[in-house]
Amino acid sequence: MSRRFMRVFALFAVLSLILAACGNGADPTTTTAAAPAETTAPDDTPDDTPDEAPDDTTAPDEPMTEGPLGAVVVGPGEPIKIATLQAISGDVASLGEDQNRATEIAIADKGDIQGFEIELSYREDDLCNSEGGQTGSTRIVADPDVIGVIGTSCSGAGVPASRVVTGAGRVLISGSNTSPVLTSFFDGNPGPEYHEGYYRTAHNDAIQGAAAARFVFEELGLSSVATINDGDPYTQGLTTAFGASFEELGGSVVLATAVTPEQTDMRPVLTEVAAAGAELIFFPIFQPAGDFIPEQAPDISGLEDVVLMGADGLLSDTYVVLPQTKGMYFSGPSTPETPEYADFVAKYVDAYGEEPIQSFHAHAYDATNMLLAAIEEVAVMDGDNLVIDLQGVRDALNAINWSGLTGSLVCDDFGDCADPTIFIVQNTDDTPTIADVRANVQVSYTAAELGF
Amino acid sequence: MAQPATAVPPRRVSRITPVNIFIWAFRIMVVVVIGYGSFVSITSGRLTAAQWRDLIVFGVSTGAMFSLVALGYTMVYGVLKFINFAHGEVFMCGAMTAFLVANALADTNLWATNPTLSIIIVVLCSMLASTIIAVTVERIAYRPLRGKPRLIPLITSIGASFTLQYLVRGLVGPSTKSFPRVEPLRGTIDLAGFVILRAQAVVIFVAVVAMIGLYLFVEKTKTGKAMRAVSEDPDTAALMGIDVDRTIVKVFGVGGAMAGVAGGLWGLLFPSVNFFSGFLPGIKAFTAAVLGGIGNIVGAMLGGISLGIFESVGPSLVLAGYNIPAFSQLKDVVAFTALVLVLIFRPSGILGERLAVERT
Repeated sequence: MSRRFMRVFALFAVLSLILAACGNGADPTTTTAAAPAETTAPDDTPDDTPDEAPDDTTAPDEPMTEGPLGAVVVGPGEPIKIATLQAISGDVASLGEDQNRATEIAIADKGDIQGFEIELSYREDDLCNSEGGQTGSTRIVADPDVIGVIGTSCSGAGVPASRVVTGAGRVLISGSNTSPVLTSFFDGNPGPEYHEGYYRTAHNDAIQGAAAARFVFEELGLSSVATINDGDPYTQGLTTAFGASFEELGGSVVLATAVTPEQTDMRPVLTEVAAAGAELIFFPIFQPAGDFIPEQAPDISGLEDVVLMGADGLLSDTYVVLPQTKGMYFSGPSTPETPEYADFVAKYVDAYGEEPIQSFHAHAYDATNMLLAAIEEVAVMDGDNLVIDLQGVRDALNAINWSGLTGSLVCDDFGDCADPTIFIVQNTDDTPTIADVRANVQVSYTAAELGF
Repeated sequence: MAQPATAVPPRRVSRITPVNIFIWAFRIMVVVVIGYGSFVSITSGRLTAAQWRDLIVFGVSTGAMFSLVALGYTMVYGVLKFINFAHGEVFMCGAMTAFLVANALADTNLWATNPTLSIIIVVLCSMLASTIIAVTVERIAYRPLRGKPRLIPLITSIGASFTLQYLVRGLVGPSTKSFPRVEPLRGTIDLAGFVILRAQAVVIFVAVVAMIGLYLFVEKTKTGKAMRAVSEDPDTAALMGIDVDRTIVKVFGVGGAMAGVAGGLWGLLFPSVNFFSGFLPGIKAFTAAVLGGIGNIVGAMLGGISLGIFESVGPSLVLAGYNIPAFSQLKDVVAFTALVLVLIFRPSGILGERLAVERT
């Protein structure tokens, strides 16, 4: 009986492995122009499909200049589809919401490409974790007409999303992923999670870590610090970069530890921090775990005067209003001071009734504009259809020199396009708003000043 | 030749089997591993005596809340022999109610002028809410399944758990809510040379009072006697004139009230709550109930406090001794490993009775 069961089970397991292998292998082919005929796109209305089908079946026979990744054919009256994959629920919702608004503004600003409307077809939630990144990106690439994805909000979600989206031939442009693993550590080699077709307009945390370390060492004059991450690639990358830069400057990291994102009781870990004798705690994590460190630190003997410092993930409208965050420092991308940015903020306030709620709206606006510029460059008319070659989109992005809100964007070999300036701000008000905190700049460093 | 064979089974009981040897070897290894790790981290002098004491107090205060929640698990298991996985959510609903009440009170004069009364109101409201929710869940989800195989209410309880979570999410939103501060509870208090945080002192005091109250209720009152009778044998209890359904409702009510107290205290200790806050404490409390011996009330209390101490002290004591990086992240691992280790030494939990006599 049980042996028979084992046999059936083994057979099932082998079959499922084979199927899984086939599934992976089949992925790239589904992105060719023939795909819409095979896979039924969820958004296609039934009367659209027959229109497309003749084109698609004839496409491979014609000597069309189609790249190795295939092309997306947009029929007359159909929109050019792009998607977003951002954190739009839970405590980090402001991070994604801010960027989705920026993407909407960028699409509205662009209007159309050669008479074809641009549609934000999917707004998936990256949940700020790898599960969300995996699910959301898989859902998006199931529609073969999507050309590019703006996202993710969190580097943790970016790791699987980069693999899935680029594996399907599309491009992923993030406005707020900052972990070095997604691009590179600036050592000439790709990061462990870099995939061709991934770009970002946000800074690389190697730079932010260096900026934060220099501020702590030179401006605050502290020499022993503790870092706390939560295991997420963003927080790990940033604490590692901070620690390396800080020790290079001559300081010492007396404790590099971690908590879990769900942890509420920080007192044991803070006791360890006190025992290690840290003068500053650098914890670039997220809410809600980030709420508990400043809340519980003053209770620990030895930490009454400890300096607390977070990073861009905590620099949000929901965090700075907490009373315990008064006095905290934050590192993050600096606010642009150009008239173009002022115009953008005016549009933002006009459309959503409030000032930008997080740090990465300008980056997402630039990311969307870069994607749309690349699409515009490669889109060619073929009869009544607009043909967008997917390899062409990547080539256009690789060659882009875009003057955006956050500076001039030129992508390096591993998808880092930003020319960042990192600022350090402090929350000093009793009843601050995010705009107040962001305006209270202590110091700012350009990438060149930090030696990048 | 066939006759001696029948004599084998009784002898096998006392014989040392390979499994026994393995278990003993494993036990010795566990003691050595824990002992060596603790020895290294204590003698390294990394933490002072006061800091070790603080870690234990943090553990006791968190553990006291686990105990209160664990009581609900263990009592329901006692009478119905299934694990009510929705109990963590009952706790979360209590904490959420505590937030809503505290937030409303914070705008009034009472919060500043009479914090003691305010806290009592908050805790009573969260108790009431949790009791009502626990009883309602029993009425809607579990009573129709009375007499069905035990797996069915178990699965139902997981469904009830999700229902409550997303109900709260729908009602109050997904964001984390921060409790208003209680100024008199900030800072430390000196209890006969024992300096601890005031919030923790209050939490431990209230939890101990609630647990003593529950113990007396179960041991000394008629209703308590009925609960014990139902948990002993529902059929016989019914024959003796005990209304079993009614007693079960009371068990859920009392368990819910204890979770409500824990929810109110949660607000004092970790001043924030969201719709998902019940999940991890719920699992921890379930662990505590098993650790103490499921079905045993005093066991749940002991189990909760031990679990709290394990997870607070364990990473610094044992893991630090082996130079494991970022050991604070592993406190949940330590908590669940502690369960496994305790069960290796005492398979039925600290105060558990033998499960072999359990009826189905």
